[in-house]
Amino acid sequence: MSEQEYTYLKRNPISESSEWSFDLVEEYDRAIGKIAAEYKLDTYPNQIEIISSEQMMDAYASVGMPLGYSHWSYGKQFLNIQQSYKRGQMGLAYEIVINSNPCIAYLMEENTMTMQALVIAHACYGHNSFFKGNYLFRTWTDADSIIDYLLFAKNYIAKCESRYGIDEVEAVLDSCHALMNYGVDRYKRPYPISAEEERHRQQEREEYLQKQVNDLWRTIPTQPGHADDARGFRFPVEPQENLLYFIEKNAPLLEPWQREVVRIVRKIAQYFYPQRQTQVMNEGWATFWHYTLLNTMFDRGLVTEGFMMEFLQSHSSVVFQPAYDSPYYSGINPYTLGFKMMSDIRRICEKPTEEDRRWFPDIAGSDWVETLQFAMRNFKDESFILQYLSPTVMRDMKLFCIVDDDREDTINVNAIHDDSGYLKVREALAGQYNLGNREPNIQVQKVDIRGDRSLTLHHVQYNRKPLDAESTDEVLKHLHRLWGFDVHLHSVLGNQVTASYHCPPRGDGGSNPDLQLMPMMRN
Amino acid sequence: MSYIIDRRLNSKNKSTVNRQRFLRRYRKHIKKAVAEAVNQRSIRDIDKGEQISIPSKDISEPAFHHGQGGHNTRVLPGNKEFVSGDRIPRPSGGGGGGGSGSGASDQGEGMDEFVFQITQDEFLDFMFEDLELPNLVKRQLSGSEEFKMRRAGIANEGNPGRLNIVRSLRSANARRIALTSGKRKKLKELEAELEKEENLDPALRNHLRIESLLEEITTLRARINRVPWLDDFDLKYNLHVKDPQPRSKAVMFCIMDVSGSMTQATKDMAKRFFILLYLFLQRNYERTEVVFIRHHTSAKEVDEQEFFYSRETGGTIVSSALRLMKEILEERYPVSEWNIYGAQASDGDNWNDDSSVCSKLLVDDLLPKLQYYSYIEITPREHQALWEEYSDVALSHSDVFAMQQIVDAGDIYPVFRELFQKKSVV
Repeated sequence: MSEQEYTYLKRNPISESSEWSFDLVEEYDRAIGKIAAEYKLDTYPNQIEIISSEQMMDAYASVGMPLGYSHWSYGKQFLNIQQSYKRGQMGLAYEIVINSNPCIAYLMEENTMTMQALVIAHACYGHNSFFKGNYLFRTWTDADSIIDYLLFAKNYIAKCESRYGIDEVEAVLDSCHALMNYGVDRYKRPYPISAEEERHRQQEREEYLQKQVNDLWRTIPTQPGHADDARGFRFPVEPQENLLYFIEKNAPLLEPWQREVVRIVRKIAQYFYPQRQTQVMNEGWATFWHYTLLNTMFDRGLVTEGFMMEFLQSHSSVVFQPAYDSPYYSGINPYTLGFKMMSDIRRICEKPTEEDRRWFPDIAGSDWVETLQFAMRNFKDESFILQYLSPTVMRDMKLFCIVDDDREDTINVNAIHDDSGYLKVREALAGQYNLGNREPNIQVQKVDIRGDRSLTLHHVQYNRKPLDAESTDEVLKHLHRLWGFDVHLHSVLGNQVTASYHCPPRGDGGSNPDLQLMPMMRN
Repeated sequence: MSYIIDRRLNSKNKSTVNRQRFLRRYRKHIKKAVAEAVNQRSIRDIDKGEQISIPSKDISEPAFHHGQGGHNTRVLPGNKEFVSGDRIPRPSGGGGGGGSGSGASDQGEGMDEFVFQITQDEFLDFMFEDLELPNLVKRQLSGSEEFKMRRAGIANEGNPGRLNIVRSLRSANARRIALTSGKRKKLKELEAELEKEENLDPALRNHLRIESLLEEITTLRARINRVPWLDDFDLKYNLHVKDPQPRSKAVMFCIMDVSGSMTQATKDMAKRFFILLYLFLQRNYERTEVVFIRHHTSAKEVDEQEFFYSRETGGTIVSSALRLMKEILEERYPVSEWNIYGAQASDGDNWNDDSSVCSKLLVDDLLPKLQYYSYIEITPREHQALWEEYSDVALSHSDVFAMQQIVDAGDIYPVFRELFQKKSVV
């Protein structure tokens, strides 16, 4: 808004009061959409829904899914949010958006017109274009069918509840939720899900699956001298990372409907996987665009100064980053990091310094809209940071890298925001966003198909990080419930097993027998 | 292109199901919290909603994650004093300053309890769950009772909303068949004859005959068509009749000792007990009548307000209350129609020779007419004559008579639950 500040600008704002109305929402949306199109933002059509704060809490509690199946954990979530909202500890998130086509965004009725405009710019044009453009969402999710699939899942689970009882279904869901992060294919693109097809093929699949499982577990002795057991036939042939998939296909005792429930949880986990991988980028992109779009509106005299004051106030609280030693610190704020990086890419394109030319020869001085689009489309958090985190941003946020090694007495400051440290800090920060490093790497290693049918998992340690013993025991109970036979988990460092967990616990396993999960009833 | 939809009116409380699931799952915890809350409350707000807290550990959802230890690299914002190569002593308390594990547990410590609010209704539901008035068996049909609509087949009259389409059309069809079958048969014969005539060699045809046949066929057709497709008397209606529903009528006698021996504290406890009872009756047995009797040396029937809030004292003659109860019973509540209950609270003090009078009154006059009688004695001291006498009654009439002792306020709710626990065997 440089020149305009000096020239006298005729203001012709869309509205002056803070009250919103349906007509105004529509008018703002049209104005924002027009500017977004000028910046070449490509979006799905928007479906903007006006809801009450209570409905917002509902939506929030069910992870933003407009149609979730019923489960107590969502109720817990709801109560939690309601409580902290009442106490005033937490303002409600003023936007929720999900990647469907049309893209559904919620506006809360209590908000002022400024906030509605902010949310429209942020969600309906920022997130929306990200969902449509980013390669992870393009390959891994199917925006056209998600709503239908969620509806199918909700109905299927409700049907199971009425047929087998709420407790039975809840038990399976609990166990699946415990393994939800391990229900994801990390490298293979899944087939697009279609609700119609799911319905049609579900019956077929049930029968087929059961047959496969039965085949694997056939107890009729094979002819003597038959190849497999003699040579130590191995199952699975290769380690499996998708635990839920493995269970769905191979758990010996699950009923067909239980397999289907496992599948539903797995599919939903898979759907949210890209969101978890692109938090910084997604929020950064949306924040950058609401900032840019609303400022452009101001430059064109479409909004008032009062509007901008309110907008900037909430914008700066969104991108506030407390320092590491502040009581408010709870990790790096993805909005801040993302917004700073996106803004900095624009700066590098428009006004590169000598340093930028050295660090980013490819993009310094290029067209910023295209460069940003390219970054948005082709990266995830990890690679985005590795590629684009600039010294300016590191200095600005005063990022530093520490190493906490349990073999050392002290914590070492490994690198800070200076010439010798930029690369190290950047690499460490990128690693921090690698889901593969963040979550323990646990895979199915072996099933004793000819013996006691026990399932053996390996945890391959990364940087010697151990598993958290208590939660591991708890999760194993859930795994045991799904698998139906003994489950073993070995934590492996190099070729050496450093810790083993068993369910049911062995000897002085230390688990509390009271907390033992009851095996599921089977008819 | 955007669509704007107003969703404020539909599907509020989408999470209600999930919330109920949560309450259902943690029933035990909530009940415990409710029981504690009941004991701690003042009399006036005993039926308010409640804040429930459950240990977070019990409701956590486990997932695999890293524990402490190993080699952790972290990037943090807001550096002020460090340069690379600095060594920072580990903060005491085990956790590494920037370790991922400690970050999580720092937050966890502040949130040991999961706290949430339940409404007044839910609170009362939990409070009175599994309780009932015992032996509620007498059911009566009386004039102004409630009715239940019941299907009673098909009728020829009714209002259009109750029209039974299938039956109406079926009956219309039957009527049409009945009214036209003779004519159709005739028509068929005539048509056959006509066809025969027409197939004859033209020279042999009897034109006169053909003409008369054609004419007859036309009139027959017309007559068949004149039979209406649907007639008034085809219409059938679903018939509903009102069935009077037998209902149980119950009355509860609340008898409270307000004599001088009762201290303010014991009176408070007695009141608490009766408030629980009163709430329970109001909530679960809407049409139950309650008779409040307070007594010292003489007994008096009072209204709710006076029963709970007025102050009055004197000596103690328990039998006066029982006598009054008997009179009221005879006067207003015929045994044949009413389920009658009694609840009595006292500190056990009584005029010396009055206790045997009480037990006699109970056994001879009251218990045969009562469904259930409960006695609570609020005293930390030795029992006196009244308790001894009542103990004998309890032995001989164990199915309709129960007694319990309350020492301090914490006993009230458990005792109350015990007295009105739902019996599994009917």
